[in-house]
Amino acid sequence: MSLLELENVTLRFGGLVAVNDVSFSVDEGEVFALVGPNGAGKSTIFNLISRFYDPAEGDIRFDGKSILSLEKHEIADLGIARTFQNIELFEQATVLQNLLVGRHTHRKTNPFSEILFLPSVRRAERDHRAAVENVIDFLDLQPYREKYIAGLPYGVRKVVEMGRALAIEPRLLLLDEPASGLSVEETQDVAFWIEDIRNLMGVTVLMVEHDMGLVSAVSDRVLALAEGKKLALGTPAEVQSDPAVIEAYLGSDDVEGAA
Amino acid sequence: MDALQLLISGLANGCVYGLIAMGFVLIYKATEAVNFAQGDMMMLGAFVALGLTNTDYMGLSFYVAVPITLAVMGLVGYLMDAVLLRRMAGQSQIAVVILTIALGFVARFAAGAIWGHEPQSLESPMAGLDFRFAGLFLGMDEFFVIIVTVLLTVGMYLFFAKTKLGLAMQAASQNQMAAYYMGISVKRIHSMIWALAGVVAAIAGILFASKGSIDPSTGLLGIKAFAAAVIGGLGSLPGALLGGVIIGIIEPFSARYLGGDLARLMPYIILVLILVFRPHGILSQVQSKKV
Repeated sequence: MSLLELENVTLRFGGLVAVNDVSFSVDEGEVFALVGPNGAGKSTIFNLISRFYDPAEGDIRFDGKSILSLEKHEIADLGIARTFQNIELFEQATVLQNLLVGRHTHRKTNPFSEILFLPSVRRAERDHRAAVENVIDFLDLQPYREKYIAGLPYGVRKVVEMGRALAIEPRLLLLDEPASGLSVEETQDVAFWIEDIRNLMGVTVLMVEHDMGLVSAVSDRVLALAEGKKLALGTPAEVQSDPAVIEAYLGSDDVEGAA
Repeated sequence: MDALQLLISGLANGCVYGLIAMGFVLIYKATEAVNFAQGDMMMLGAFVALGLTNTDYMGLSFYVAVPITLAVMGLVGYLMDAVLLRRMAGQSQIAVVILTIALGFVARFAAGAIWGHEPQSLESPMAGLDFRFAGLFLGMDEFFVIIVTVLLTVGMYLFFAKTKLGLAMQAASQNQMAAYYMGISVKRIHSMIWALAGVVAAIAGILFASKGSIDPSTGLLGIKAFAAAVIGGLGSLPGALLGGVIIGIIEPFSARYLGGDLARLMPYIILVLILVFRPHGILSQVQSKKV
């Protein structure tokens, strides 16, 4: 059963068609990758799913229901979490605090009981803390638990961002270039984590990634895009051998014709 | 020995400056806009409390008037953002600043139209009470100001550190986009911060009016509080209080030993010195952006 469906989605910025009549669906429990050259519309699709942009045409459904009537802060409540190409963390806070903010949608207590720190709040707080510690253990973030983000190296920040997304306990995880800027060893870790996120946590993963090694290693299906249009959809091997995809990557002058 | 007396009255004034300065910092941290109507919100809060309490007006009990005033000013703050400021999203900072200056004028003339332009005093239970201590006359009202400020500071700390709303406010002020992805309604949070700034301004106003007289131009003392906020570091709540206290204490001492004219200049001389030698303020949280 598909968890996420995009149906004939089109988005224009003035004269530029950033996403052009794109349809695809991501099944529950799948690792699905979006690939394509820069400007293909991959991150734009993430922003559409997150309700930062309104599509001009088409529909986006999550769990069978259209999300187009929702506000952007209501997406987390559905169980959709995201990481960013250019890391968006709370810089003036520790790793632990960043992960705890991820628990926002799960907090049901009110300000008065919170200030008085009533037993119900204490119990809830312990649960949030336990959930966050599980994520910290899973991603090997123990050495950085109390460190401020502003002082952490790039690779660690990337992992923290993934941790914050997991603290939301999402059903769908959107990873925007999880391997960009990482070393070969770090990229290998990311591959293992993505597999565990799907297999152990049962989270569906939709990712944008340029590293075809990572894409082939973890993805069930791949959608190739160029200039906002769908080029090919299939297994990693099928998509990589698709003539239209090869042409788009080699930078043909006539991408339109190839598509 | 009157140094102690100067210190206490300076501290009490400084607390009021500090509370207004906290209002500046709350809004600045969250929205990167400076609300130049913060002083006028303080004045408005003072007049609302005065209008509810004083026998010339409604003559309610002070203890009934205070919660009503806080609720009214919280609502005023909320609506200022939800109705006006939110529409300015995407406009230049200067346009937002000019809007807040205009709102300050509106508040000033509205207060004049409702309560008149003559100075009036709030009939608080603390007014006029004083006690002798070690041969000094100390005002009850001044102690009241200091104690309330300390309690409010502790309350704000707990609010930001412990509550879901306080944490969401911190998150939204550090990274708006990430806050949306955590399920935080940043727009609502901004309005809630304006509401909080309104409540803090009302408390500052009630404290100020219970130890002296107010008139519609009292809000101009917001400029001094803005200096306090900058001295403390515009991004830091403890810094705002510290800046307020520094200015509050320096004023009476310089008036005593240097004369009134120079005393009025002192807050701004300190502001200039801080800006030259420690441009981010005393307790700044500004970090240079990594490229």
